[in-house]
Amino acid sequence: MSTPVTTDSPSVPARPAGPVRSTPRLRGPRRPHSAGRPKRSVLLTVLTSLVVLYTVVPLIWLVINATKTQAGLADSSGLWFSDDFALWSNIRDTFTYDDGVFTRWLLNTLLYVVLGAGGATFLAVLGGYALAKFDFPGKRGIFAVVIGAVAVPGTALAVPTFLMFSKMGLTDTPWAVIIPSLVSPFGLYLMWVFATEAIPTELLEAARIDGAGEARTFFTVALPLLSPGIVTVLLFTTVATWNNYFLPLIMLKDSDWYPLTLGLSVWNSQAETIGGDVIFNLVITGSLLTIVPLIAAFLLLQKYWQSGLAAGSVKE
Amino acid sequence: MTTLQPPAAAQARPAPPPAKRDRRSWTGWGFIGPFVAVFALVFLAPIVYSIYLSLYRNQLIGGNTFVGLDNYTQALQDDQFWASLGRVSLFLCIQVPIMLGIALLVALALDSGRLYGKSFFRISIFLPYAVPAVVATLMWGFMYGTKYGLVGDINEAFGVTLPDPLSPDLVLASIGNIVTWEFVGYNMLIFYSALRVIPQSLYEAAEIDGAGQIRVITAIKLPAIRGALVIATIFSIIGSFQLFNEPNILRPLARNALTTDYTPNFYTYSLSFNGQQHNYSATVAIIMGLITMVIAYVVQLRGMRKGA
Repeated sequence: MSTPVTTDSPSVPARPAGPVRSTPRLRGPRRPHSAGRPKRSVLLTVLTSLVVLYTVVPLIWLVINATKTQAGLADSSGLWFSDDFALWSNIRDTFTYDDGVFTRWLLNTLLYVVLGAGGATFLAVLGGYALAKFDFPGKRGIFAVVIGAVAVPGTALAVPTFLMFSKMGLTDTPWAVIIPSLVSPFGLYLMWVFATEAIPTELLEAARIDGAGEARTFFTVALPLLSPGIVTVLLFTTVATWNNYFLPLIMLKDSDWYPLTLGLSVWNSQAETIGGDVIFNLVITGSLLTIVPLIAAFLLLQKYWQSGLAAGSVKE
Repeated sequence: MTTLQPPAAAQARPAPPPAKRDRRSWTGWGFIGPFVAVFALVFLAPIVYSIYLSLYRNQLIGGNTFVGLDNYTQALQDDQFWASLGRVSLFLCIQVPIMLGIALLVALALDSGRLYGKSFFRISIFLPYAVPAVVATLMWGFMYGTKYGLVGDINEAFGVTLPDPLSPDLVLASIGNIVTWEFVGYNMLIFYSALRVIPQSLYEAAEIDGAGQIRVITAIKLPAIRGALVIATIFSIIGSFQLFNEPNILRPLARNALTTDYTPNFYTYSLSFNGQQHNYSATVAIIMGLITMVIAYVVQLRGMRKGA
């Protein structure tokens, strides 16, 4: 992704002069609203805070309750700590419960994300680049079919996909989760819009004139310019794969291949089976551990994905 | 945006061919081919296969037989199917406007530049998007509970008895709340990104005309982001019709309220995996797919035409 632009030819500059447009739109020159800076409004801030309260309180609830034992959960108020601070023992128990099956689920999820989301992003980048910068037979057809497919309810495809995969012997293997994750119509669309804007066709022409092959042109010239778009698509396909529940639910029987989401719901429903171990404290702690990596990724990569998204979402 | 002309290249070669590539070539296929191949496998093939399935019926006697459109006539007379469709339609009509309304108001507030701590607001409202539906539902499920949850806390603290959010009457609204919580920030971000790129000249013109804030919103901002509004509406409609995860995960807590035919998707799932009625399940899925596409298409047509 961060491959430096290098080319043997002197006629193509290693990097275009001036700052590379790495983060378009949002980071561009701030447009001042009306005359000068608008007056800040306390009322508007308070009203918006209500929405923040709504979105954040459940997350705070999750953090607080991850510190409680099973007994503490029942005894104490949901929005304050119980006397026993059990966060560390909860985390330890979450990872060790049932021979460390949670670790296994975490590794599965990582596998699905690396191959599924990584692969989906790679295919979307290649495809989006093709749509943006080439004219080829069938281009209009591909556009129509892919956009139409976005309207098809994904879950409506689940049952026939399951039956097909079952005949191919893919169900109950990781491939049943990974292969469908490889296609992200939204990612393709976003990369298409992004590539159209971010890669000057002249630059590609120059590389070709200098004798660079298509693959080399793509990897050394186009790819670096696409990085903010790539980060955005990667983040969104990662969320889609990390959070996927329905697909693994129907494709996987063997709990050894479960992702975190499926594992957590199994732990939760364990409470109602007769003789089942009630482990709500581990369900809550496990939930917290499941969301922390994604929230961290969103916070750390804010600049990149917000600018990438801005380029994609505004085209009409 | 296209000012990144390679200056050296231009100097070295005074007359490079113009940027346009006139001839169509197959080179592009080398790049889009992999996507198309996987797409065909996981999108097109299942669609074709489910159409095939929907035309057959697996009977105890006679095995797999061609029955034409019999499955479709059966589905159209299926009360369970219509009841589930009615439920998601009601959900759609109430939840989607509330969610998109809040998202739009927040986006306008952020864009107005009148908020203190804008980026904090933007990211905290967006955060739930990073939370899996499973975790969101488990979390809210606990909070809804009268035992561990906030509802129980409130009852105790104020000596009241709030209605149970997981009772049959309220469970649909409770699911609506979870879905709103999950996606309000995502939609807010779509609207906000669209608002950010409105040309400054429009605001200057409005100012010269003496337009107030409200007028700027109705005359400039809303029309400018109509495309984003339409797309968000279509995605929300598709999402509502596909409702499955939240009711399925809440089910252990509200078994009486959430039957296995609660939503169309739940119904097709149960038909296939509990009832082994794959052919009928495929039929119901196709009908739902068609309904979704028709509604999405109508919304798009109406949305794009309005005032255009």
